[in-house]
Amino acid sequence: MNDETHASPRVSTGHPAWTREELMTIAASRALGDDDVCFVGIGPPSAACNLARLTHSPGLTLIYESGTLGTSPDVLPLSIGDGILADASITTVSVPEMFAYWLQGGHITIGFLAAAQMDRYGNLNTTVIGGYDAPKVRLPGGGGAPEIATACQQTYVIMRHAQRSMVERLDFATSLGHGPTGVERRQSGVTTAGPTRVFTDLCIMRPGPEDNELQVTSLHPGVGRDDVVEATGWPIRFAGQVDETPPPTNEELSVLRDLHRRSDEAHAG
Amino acid sequence: MAGWKREWVGVATFLPLDEAVALTVGDGQSVALEGFTHLIPFAAGHEIIRQGRRDLTLIRMTPDLVYDQMIGMGCASRLVFSYAGNPGVGSLRRLRDAVEHGWPAPLALVEHSHAAMAAAWSAGASNLPFAMLRGYLGSGLADVNPQIRTVTCPFTGEDLAAVPALRPDVGIVHAQRSDRDGNVLVEGIVGIQKEVVLAATVSLVTVEEVVDDLAAPSLNSCVIPGWAIDVIAVAPGGAAPSYTHGYYDRDNAFYLQWDEIASDRDTFRAWMDEHVGGTA
Repeated sequence: MNDETHASPRVSTGHPAWTREELMTIAASRALGDDDVCFVGIGPPSAACNLARLTHSPGLTLIYESGTLGTSPDVLPLSIGDGILADASITTVSVPEMFAYWLQGGHITIGFLAAAQMDRYGNLNTTVIGGYDAPKVRLPGGGGAPEIATACQQTYVIMRHAQRSMVERLDFATSLGHGPTGVERRQSGVTTAGPTRVFTDLCIMRPGPEDNELQVTSLHPGVGRDDVVEATGWPIRFAGQVDETPPPTNEELSVLRDLHRRSDEAHAG
Repeated sequence: MAGWKREWVGVATFLPLDEAVALTVGDGQSVALEGFTHLIPFAAGHEIIRQGRRDLTLIRMTPDLVYDQMIGMGCASRLVFSYAGNPGVGSLRRLRDAVEHGWPAPLALVEHSHAAMAAAWSAGASNLPFAMLRGYLGSGLADVNPQIRTVTCPFTGEDLAAVPALRPDVGIVHAQRSDRDGNVLVEGIVGIQKEVVLAATVSLVTVEEVVDDLAAPSLNSCVIPGWAIDVIAVAPGGAAPSYTHGYYDRDNAFYLQWDEIASDRDTFRAWMDEHVGGTA
């Protein structure tokens, strides 16, 4: 993940000092607060959560599905169960307890998810590209996501923006967003909010108030509407008012880069 | 030999690892080598490979490199799992080759979510036939796995997901240490270690060391009593390249390297031949 982040193209003019991938992570971190209890996945979600904890929200509670409650690691873990997560936690519980008591029990405010494919209603695919029985690409699978998607009070999605990932139709529906036509989540009696924000390397999207279809609410600096249209596999909508995402501050950028540098060093062995 | 079941309770049997695996694991069995990123019983998995076991139903929440290796060496015909990636790195390339191209043999998948598998382990340890959870809502997994069904709460009428309890023929986990009576201490990310030992028909625990005094740090430490364990084998470093909290760290650099080693059938087989053996 880190290598890909660092290899991404830099914004050509005006902002030579940061990448859009960095802004994706930073924008997500800004949406977290001291009162949040966050169920964290590896990769950009973990970077965003730890960045928030190390900058504006030191009280943010991080939970990794391996059972580590309230953890504050010095470096980003490579895996969901690195020892540093247990060392830096207030307590470490069993995996059945993690999923039954803490996730299903309703103690998580924000679940952070990523996916290979997302549709316009925030439904996610992490299972297969192609057919299930004869997949073109066998992806890792759901892991914790199917229940994170429904048990957390709300979910944030963070993923790169591209035609092949922002798709008209999912190859497989692993985790519920707002449902295949945007209404199924509500109709089936799921009481949690589902995906409320999507952070990409081009923009921020939020579900529309009427039909839950994702619409662009903020464009990153240097990104035009056409860029988003071209990178989206469905006819993307824009909100009535589209903001410009504030660029990274020096503090956000230096803390994030320091975190990645320390993590890369720690995992190089 | 395999299919052995101890005829007495109250004593865990200490055996060398090769004898322990030969006694407990046979062709065609359902076998779980568990450990949630931590305490993955690699040494036992490698011994199963060396002994040439075939047609196993492998059960693990996160197949990890240990199952990538066992699947790539042709030990398995079926996999029960919930997340099949190289954690933090990407794909399990041998597993993908088996699923996408049937190499070295086709692999049938029984796919769950973590929450369901964790609940299924609890149900197995509790001697229940199935687990229930508020799960799989709106997920297509229920369409491709007929073991995911629904039960209705008799009190509220709520529909809940149901999955069969996990009750493998053999459950294998790694742990920090045991005392001479076979009481085993598990520390750090305890995962589903206790559930696997209690749910399996036969349990095998590999440990870093055997000590006179277990020195469990708290009354509430995770200790599995020796009388609940069938076989214990000493395997120092037996969880590497995963880790044993308090003994050695996860070899994250190797997890990154594995992506390259496993990317090609020949480099994979050469690596296994050199480092594990039993490929001839």
